[in-house]
Amino acid sequence: MSDLATPSPANDAGARGFNLFGFLARYGTVIALMLLIAFNLGYTRNFATLQTLNVNLTQVCTIVIVAVGMTLVIATGGIDLSVGSLMAISGALAPMIFMGKIFPVGNTYLAVVVAMVVSIFVAGLLGLFNGWLVSRFRIQPIVATLVLFIAGRGIAQVMTNGNLQTFRVPQFQWIGLARPLGIPAQVIIMAVLVAAAAWALHRTVFGRSILAVGGNEKASELAGIAVARIKLAVYAISGLCAGLAGLVVIAINSSSDANLVGLGMELDAIAAVAVGGTLLSGGKATIIGTLLGALTIQLVRYTLLANGVPDAAALVVKAAIIAFAVWLQQQHRV
Amino acid sequence: MITQPDQAALLLDMRDIQKRFAGIPALAGASLQVLPGEVHALIGQNGGGKSTLIKVLTGYHRRDGGQVLFEQRPFEVGSPHEAQVSGISTIYQEINLVPLRSVTENICLGREKRRRGLLDWSAMHAEAERLLSRFSIRIDVRRPLGDFNTATQQMVAIARAIGFSARLVIMDEPTSSLDEREVSVLFSVVRQLKAEGVSVLFVSHKLDELYEVCDRVTIMRDGHTVRSAAMSDIGKLELVAAMLGRDVAVVDGHATAFGARDRSRIGDVLFTAQGLSAGQSVRNVTFDVRRGEIASFAGLLGAGRTETARLVFGADRLKAGEMTMERASYHPERAADAIAAGMGFCTEDRKAEGIVPEMTVAENITLALLPKISRNGILNEDRQREIVARFIRDLGIKCSGPNQKVRELSGGNQQKVLLARWLAMNPKLLILDEPTRGIDVGAKGEIQRLILKLADDGLGVLMISSEIEEVMEGADRIFVLREGVSVAELEGQAANVEDVLAAMAHGGSPVEAAA
Repeated sequence: MSDLATPSPANDAGARGFNLFGFLARYGTVIALMLLIAFNLGYTRNFATLQTLNVNLTQVCTIVIVAVGMTLVIATGGIDLSVGSLMAISGALAPMIFMGKIFPVGNTYLAVVVAMVVSIFVAGLLGLFNGWLVSRFRIQPIVATLVLFIAGRGIAQVMTNGNLQTFRVPQFQWIGLARPLGIPAQVIIMAVLVAAAAWALHRTVFGRSILAVGGNEKASELAGIAVARIKLAVYAISGLCAGLAGLVVIAINSSSDANLVGLGMELDAIAAVAVGGTLLSGGKATIIGTLLGALTIQLVRYTLLANGVPDAAALVVKAAIIAFAVWLQQQHRV
Repeated sequence: MITQPDQAALLLDMRDIQKRFAGIPALAGASLQVLPGEVHALIGQNGGGKSTLIKVLTGYHRRDGGQVLFEQRPFEVGSPHEAQVSGISTIYQEINLVPLRSVTENICLGREKRRRGLLDWSAMHAEAERLLSRFSIRIDVRRPLGDFNTATQQMVAIARAIGFSARLVIMDEPTSSLDEREVSVLFSVVRQLKAEGVSVLFVSHKLDELYEVCDRVTIMRDGHTVRSAAMSDIGKLELVAAMLGRDVAVVDGHATAFGARDRSRIGDVLFTAQGLSAGQSVRNVTFDVRRGEIASFAGLLGAGRTETARLVFGADRLKAGEMTMERASYHPERAADAIAAGMGFCTEDRKAEGIVPEMTVAENITLALLPKISRNGILNEDRQREIVARFIRDLGIKCSGPNQKVRELSGGNQQKVLLARWLAMNPKLLILDEPTRGIDVGAKGEIQRLILKLADDGLGVLMISSEIEEVMEGADRIFVLREGVSVAELEGQAANVEDVLAAMAHGGSPVEAAA
């Protein structure tokens, strides 16, 4: 009956020729980004400099790194609120290891490698825990990841007794401060991550399975896709990305404050994904879109700040952009 | 064929009801007459229009045409709540109550008693207890509803409906989740309502129940009322025939594109199932499929056909029974196991369980095939292109290209995409649940011819269809299911429609039934 009652609506949309909403939903982010750049070239002083580019890129890096994992989670129809807290945990754990608070450090290089691997791995394990809650117990993702959103930051604070950890360890801080060929190291990491994820999403069985699970979970299950394993994997990847972003943040700051690392990151990442054109209900995702979305939000904030608008007001504009992007998506889907 | 009871005495009189969804008629001249204090059965196949008719009556849908009189007055309501206030209450299959709140709160929801502006709890508890005692249920009404079993919850739903001083109670498959004892309790409730002058509109697919509790019956098919009669005037066989649109006396024409088969091509046994059961819907099903054979399940809605198919495919868990595939013991835990054993499954609900709407035609076709067209997890795009192009061509899938979104295709072409998904896997057994439902006539014929050709090529096919013509003309063997039990095995094509309908209605051969 339902088959009869709903003929495919998109056929007539195609017949009508140009579809404004469809066009905007597809290219809106690129257009917005280009308009912003054009505006700044005209009105903002010292915009077309390497300095400005680097400032904006370094600021947007951690958001993009987290948002890549978030995109995969959202593509399965889920969401991950715990990323900010996982950043705090990895950001708290790494200095404890390379500063010798857990076990004595012999070789600094070795300690740094162990610190990075272990902290990212721990964040990945916690992500796996999120995935376990979601796939094994069928807890709604927003609730399941709320557990670590709340508990995660608490764990980080307990680990450090709430103290600020400061350090000066160049062997570690290269991921936030080094500039091979003049490009900040974290920008290179971000670029590699974006490229790898974009490729994987469309060229691998794993990527295709992610989109299938988000697009129709029951059909995917019946087609033999291991739905539970896919969900475990995306949450674990989201955790790994958050762990990595946590390290970048503390490397830039030369310090780690469990109260502040990754604070509000979940919302920034979700905003980048939404503005980038990924369906929040799952099944359709674009990593490049997420990158452009993050850049757009960043550039709006920069533009307003550079032109004397206070940060508080910039937040309102940011909210308006996100609301507009989501509204646009809905228009396109109807 | 529609008997007209005395008009002045009618409680409910719906005439010539029309309703279209997106231009497609769901109701075309449906009518329903209910007398005061009677239990009236409303039956029909899936898509027959009975749930739409009920939703029009209760104000959930606005009708496009026709007339509704309730107690001789025109009846116009805009919502189920208004209908309830006006004396028509509905009890849906799913329990639409709030499990976390107390029984009293559930019963009094929306009509709380107040005293000086505050809720009068003692009065409400007393009323809830008084209502439930009518159904011989004595429970602590202060406890949350969710603490009680499904049957009790269902009784609470009924009590709530009657609490509104309803004059007509609509029960939509009320017994589907109840065991035998609970069903008999429900029936005594129905009889009590009747004794108090309340009419009951009873929707069910269990024929025995209808004869046990109903006075009259209205049969719907393709959106209109085909017959209305006293239960005592209509036999089970007639009832089934009217539902399926078959005149029992008429011998088959060629209503489908299946055509004659060369039975010599049928090979050895491919799959067997012995005594399958899983809860209420599948209780004891035994059948087998041979290579190159089209085996078919026939049965009414709720006979357990789809549920059995899901068990075979590992989509639901088996409680008891044995299966073999290619003579080896077969215990699927999930769909992936069935696929590995060489099975494919086109589900009945194409939208919810078949297509991935946001994905392209190509991506949908290769969904189950992904592990086979990749190396180390990386897709081989060339192989995908090649396979997709072949199936688009061979099955005649009408699309703008492999990259068109599958949701933009017509129902028939979506179905072909799903067929392609499984055929690309080179299966040995293909389960087709309602393969031609919701598809236009042309595509229907194409799909039927395709199924025939696949069987000729040695594929074992298990086909489920609610269209009796499809079963009669397409199947080599027919297994008749009735209330979760396989009750008859008949040779297809040679079989008599009457035998099949009789097995669906009575569970035995017509000879036994007549005795």
